[in-house]
Amino acid sequence: MKIIAIDRQGQEHTLEGRDGWSVMEILRDGGLDIAAECGGACACATCHVYVDNGWIEKLPPRSDAETDMLDMALAVESNSRLSCQIVCSEALDGIKVTVAPE
Amino acid sequence: MSAPIETDVAIIGAGPIGLFAVFELGLLDLKCHLVDILDRPGGQCTELYPEKPIYDIPGLPIVTGQELTNRLLEQVKPFDPQFHFTEMAMALEKLGDGRWKLTSDAGTQLIAPVVVIAAGAGSFVPKRPPLAGIEQYERAGDGSGVNYAVRKMETFRGKNILIAGGGDSALDWTINLAPLAKSLTLVHHRDGFRAAQHSVNKMRELEAAGKIKFHVASVKALHGESGKLAGVTLSGPDKQEWHHETDVFLPFFGLTIKLGPIAEFGINLHENLIPVDTARYESPTPGIFAIGDINTYPGKLKLILSGFHEAALMAQAAFHIARPNEKLRFQYTTSSSSLQKKLGVA
Repeated sequence: MKIIAIDRQGQEHTLEGRDGWSVMEILRDGGLDIAAECGGACACATCHVYVDNGWIEKLPPRSDAETDMLDMALAVESNSRLSCQIVCSEALDGIKVTVAPE
Repeated sequence: MSAPIETDVAIIGAGPIGLFAVFELGLLDLKCHLVDILDRPGGQCTELYPEKPIYDIPGLPIVTGQELTNRLLEQVKPFDPQFHFTEMAMALEKLGDGRWKLTSDAGTQLIAPVVVIAAGAGSFVPKRPPLAGIEQYERAGDGSGVNYAVRKMETFRGKNILIAGGGDSALDWTINLAPLAKSLTLVHHRDGFRAAQHSVNKMRELEAAGKIKFHVASVKALHGESGKLAGVTLSGPDKQEWHHETDVFLPFFGLTIKLGPIAEFGINLHENLIPVDTARYESPTPGIFAIGDINTYPGKLKLILSGFHEAALMAQAAFHIARPNEKLRFQYTTSSSSLQKKLGVA
């Protein structure tokens, strides 16, 4: 599966997703500047991304923990997600995300 | 500025690795002072995941960040480490006698032959909203412009206050500042809060009584002149925008980690990490060691257990710098009565 990621400079990257990995891990592995301070524990909100329209509906809804943690993210929008909580799968092939400002 | 404190080792960071360094150095009779920007020990373990279980600490099949910190504190207690909390290590300079002087933003001066940087990814600092020109309003001082903390409540008296956020800090300060504000408005991106329920209830009561205003909205822009905040642009759920006048804006979005002044210490960094050798865990500057997540070397793994190993080797090398005329006697805690005496068990 492919992940299209826009970094904070507006540069587009096409990354190879890996089944079962989180999108945060793919972004970090791909060298994008994403803090992910807590390492994927849904405890810091520093892997915040915006999911492109059309894809947000295909994701499982936010858990209560993710919704709560997004309260600590900056510039939250309706399509905000924590990328450590999005798990790669074939169903998400082509998903487009934009790294949120820090 | 208080009088300089002389000690054997000045440690930057009181996270798990800084704490274990106290233990390894203590076994060699080296005394430690620790500086940490947080108000309590534990670093990321207690700030980010106090309740989350950690499964890869040798010998502890499951332990939370807070429990691990508590156990490390118990382990280092015999060595009586001195903590300087809510202080940021600001400057490091070499003295004429070869020792180091570490100065904190609170004016604490530590003089030691050895400095250990166990600062993780750096300092926890408030998250700063990505709004154009926010820096100019951050310098306005307590009670005006953009503030990330409430230091003196009195400075907020009679002010028009805007608070953003949905966590405990946002709600607690909404409740505490409401009685002395001229007006107080809370904005949050949703009509739901991660803060404690009793705080949310109290905020709703204040809103119902007309004492505060709450909007589901986000701050989109700041307005003012020559560093004096006059108002903000708010944006609601349907993207409609409106102007809101305010004297002070308090964004409460928790903490994030920035490297901070360590970058100015004159150590050659590699991608914000301190390169070290793997025999001593010393930086290219003799006498300055780096252990835990802040260091880098071939094969480095950012694991707590790696930091523990690094602390043990660092202590051996540090001993030779701090006690150049003494012979290091390597002993095991299981068999050495002198070590057991230090630990208070013999």
